[in-house]
Amino acid sequence: MQSKKERERQGREKLQRIIDTCKSVEIRSLDPFLIDVKANIDEVKEYFPEWTIPEDLCLDAETIHHVASVVKLQGEWVKHRSTSLYTDPFLLEEKLTRLSKGEIVETFVKAWHPIIELEQITLQSLAEATTYWLNLLPMDERWKETPPNEVAIGSATREELVQERILRDKAFSEELESFWQELKNSVQEKGENGRIPYWGFVGADTYEETVQKAFMTSFLITYGYATLEIYPLEEQIFIKPHEKQETKTGNKQLVSVPIAVSVEDWTKWKRGEPV
Amino acid sequence: MSKRKAQYASKLKRATHLLFYKRHTKPGVKGWELRKTLGSDYQKVLKLLDDYLKTLDLQVNTVYEEEKTPEKPTPEQLDRARFFITLRGEITPKESKMVGWRIDDLAGLAITISYIISKKGKATRKEIEELLREKLPGWKVGLNIDRYIRYGYLTEDESDQLYLDWRTRAEVDQKALIDLILSK
Repeated sequence: MQSKKERERQGREKLQRIIDTCKSVEIRSLDPFLIDVKANIDEVKEYFPEWTIPEDLCLDAETIHHVASVVKLQGEWVKHRSTSLYTDPFLLEEKLTRLSKGEIVETFVKAWHPIIELEQITLQSLAEATTYWLNLLPMDERWKETPPNEVAIGSATREELVQERILRDKAFSEELESFWQELKNSVQEKGENGRIPYWGFVGADTYEETVQKAFMTSFLITYGYATLEIYPLEEQIFIKPHEKQETKTGNKQLVSVPIAVSVEDWTKWKRGEPV
Repeated sequence: MSKRKAQYASKLKRATHLLFYKRHTKPGVKGWELRKTLGSDYQKVLKLLDDYLKTLDLQVNTVYEEEKTPEKPTPEQLDRARFFITLRGEITPKESKMVGWRIDDLAGLAITISYIISKKGKATRKEIEELLREKLPGWKVGLNIDRYIRYGYLTEDESDQLYLDWRTRAEVDQKALIDLILSK
């Protein structure tokens, strides 16, 4: 009696072999009828109940995909054979090898109708070119070096830099800390069990403000000021502020969680619908 | 001459200039260019030109972007199609030298095209090289294939498969070629 592991290994090998054969037919333009589609499908079916892990299921899907490609090629093959252009390549190769170069050329020119095209200077194009030449500036004038603009050195005030959006009016760390405080206050006021629903916190009167809050929240989480609690089945996300900034994650693996903050989501939240 | 006739005579001249003179890297004119210059009735102008060229053993030829020539092309397909002037009849092998081809190179092209046709429109570069090596010196085989690609007779994909390209579709009567070879 074969063990389950042994059978799985055997199945994987068989599927891989089917994929390789199908690929060689696809790439090398071999006769697609060399592949016994029914036998291959039977084998795929036979091993299907064995697959439990996603990798094996993917291999199964890939096999089906390649077998389907071969079926498509078989269709095209039949269609081509039924057209008037179909010729047995072996017969043609044989003929081509037997013919001399002269005979081949003689045959080819009977079916060849080369394109006619002219390249000729006209009086008009000469006149246009002369006008262009007369209007063309000499090289030393065209490629004149332009001296760099001199700019007087001066100093800018902090207010000016804030106005130019080079500096923010608050340092980012300060801004982040006050936002952390805002989160803590919100949890105290509206939260439960030391946490608050994600949209309950980031949702604001305007969409711009909501995006800004979502942006800042992402930094709070990244820098360890807060954490996310995600319940995929209930489709609920909570934010939980830490009392102190946590910079170490221990043995936990860090993951990125993309959260869409679209206008539709924001409108739903405004209407009081679940997001 | 009536006003209408004079209008068509002038359009005929413009169509001749457009089609005969090389304007782009690739020969020929796109349908949309003809429509823009000659007006929406450019098909009629081309028909008149084709009739006129018959006496000179030339013809107006159309190559569509699609591999197969559509039975009733749509205006969009016509816009994207390329129009050329080609020889209507045959040339003699001697005349082929005037077109700038050596007999060896032309024979190589003929073999390559007919072999690809028989292999459903695609063949590996290796297969073609082997076929050409039977009658051409080895050093010339690769150079010739590259030349056929450069001229637009063949195209090659990243997996070294060779296909027939726009120029073969414009210049070669594929069915006639295969029939002629088989009847030899």
